[in-house]
Amino acid sequence: MTFKLILENMRHRPLRTLLSVLLIAIPVTLILTLVGLSRGMLDESKQRTNGVGADIMVRPPGSSVISFSGAPIPQGLVKKLRQEPHVVQATGVIAQQVSGLTSVFGVDLDEFNRISGGFDFIEGGPFRGPDDILIDDFHAQQEKKHVGDTITVLNHKWRIAGIFRSGKLARMVLPISIVQDLTGNTGRISLIYLKVDRPASIDPVIASLKKQLVDYPIYSMREYVSLLSVENVPALNSFIHVVIAISIVIGFAVVCLSMYMAVLQRTREIGILKSLGASRLYILQLIVAEAFVMGLCGTLVGILFSFGARWLILTLVPASLQQAIVPDWWPRAALIALVASLLGALYPGFRAARQDPIEALAYE
Amino acid sequence: MSEGPIIEISGLRKIYRVGRVDVEALRGVDLDVARGEFVSIVGPSGSGKSTLFHIVGGLTPATSGIVRISGQEVGAMSDAQRTRLRKTTVSFVFQKFNLLPNLTAGDNIALARFLAGKNHGADPPFQDALKLLGIEDRLRHKPSELSGGEQQRVAIARAIVNHPAILLADEPTGNLDSVNSRTVLELLRDLNQRLGQTILMITHNPEAAAYGHRLVHMQDGRILATPPPT
Repeated sequence: MTFKLILENMRHRPLRTLLSVLLIAIPVTLILTLVGLSRGMLDESKQRTNGVGADIMVRPPGSSVISFSGAPIPQGLVKKLRQEPHVVQATGVIAQQVSGLTSVFGVDLDEFNRISGGFDFIEGGPFRGPDDILIDDFHAQQEKKHVGDTITVLNHKWRIAGIFRSGKLARMVLPISIVQDLTGNTGRISLIYLKVDRPASIDPVIASLKKQLVDYPIYSMREYVSLLSVENVPALNSFIHVVIAISIVIGFAVVCLSMYMAVLQRTREIGILKSLGASRLYILQLIVAEAFVMGLCGTLVGILFSFGARWLILTLVPASLQQAIVPDWWPRAALIALVASLLGALYPGFRAARQDPIEALAYE
Repeated sequence: MSEGPIIEISGLRKIYRVGRVDVEALRGVDLDVARGEFVSIVGPSGSGKSTLFHIVGGLTPATSGIVRISGQEVGAMSDAQRTRLRKTTVSFVFQKFNLLPNLTAGDNIALARFLAGKNHGADPPFQDALKLLGIEDRLRHKPSELSGGEQQRVAIARAIVNHPAILLADEPTGNLDSVNSRTVLELLRDLNQRLGQTILMITHNPEAAAYGHRLVHMQDGRILATPPPT
């Protein structure tokens, strides 16, 4: 009977209910989209890193797991490392950020192909001239480009020579020497990838390199990929916590306002319930339960909206952003929405429970 | 079963504070009502009739004096006990019907049973009462789809569904036309005669008041020993 009363109350004011549910859904969507973006982009980054086909990565001294800081590694080091025991392939790449989270990578295509097995071209093929660029299919879709079209990167117009299937190193690839010249890093690189003769050689080679290159972070690719997590992205966890806190505040305010209005609108009905023998606790339960149902509906709508956000991102900016669907965060988002809803319902609930029945019955 | 009065009121006073002014709504009311009695209470607006009902129904406390329902003193009851009193012993019928607008007539009645802790369907005596009230085919409708007379009959059904010892009817015909007023008053008299329902009814209407066994006149917060001159 209580549930029926709650549902009928919610149906009686459909616009108020709809707005409240939507406003609870927005922070839920915000959380799920933010976490989904973090995870989607890291997963995509892992996929591209794995796509290189290397066994070991040598990063510049003082660099963090996630970011690149210019090109401080002398290119000559690649040749030296190629001569190390068990190393069968080595290549250096230079990374240059072009906008937001997008970078263009400069590669020695022959060396890179030997390690990775080469790009899987959907259209066109490798560089044919000094102004050629290779882009992946996501970037081509986002920019609506085809082979032969031009694209401006690093203040320079490039002809698209090939479009390759995404999942290998980067979205945009240029010849290494050109990126070095354009960025004033002639003879310098950002990363070195190594391939060893067999899996068992990875650890001994890393141990040997660490003795020689004391300040250089050196990882097996498996270890590096495992480090690509939300925890290792500077400030991302704090940012997520801030969004969660804001979500709780929004949810609290929405539900508090909505239920406060509901209590005012139902003053007479509360009086009727009291005249029928409803206790204060029952009135409080009624208000809190309605907020709980709205919180639950808001969570479900928020989850649906996160699918909508993913579709929008995939449609509009597939190369710039990647959003994963994060079902493991659904219970957490639900908990956040429900806690906010219940907190928001407490004051209106207590107010309703304390309502004088005679005044309430006289309310017009 | 006790043979004494079901309602015993003595020296009842109620003072409301309105802003900085004390308003004396009841100035020493004494009244006994026997079990199964149908009492009509008449008097001008502001004479204290509704306040008397609210105190008997445990909706508001008295300032002083004693109200006993079936021997239990209402003033000594806790909030929870007064809530239980409204669930089980005293029920109200209001001038404005006071049905919950979002629920159907049937659900309004079912809610009263639910609040009294009776989750199963209505019992045979209540089914008979529904026939008497003539609203069996209107139970699926919401109050807004019912006429005033039908709404008041639903409100009466809700009030008696838990078989309360006392029914307090506050101007039950105040919002009804003469035909529906007569129907409702005859229903109340039937309930009193067939089921032995104790009824206290407030009314301004002398014709309605005549349905009761006894007429009580109130004026200025007191019960008059003799009817005021007309």
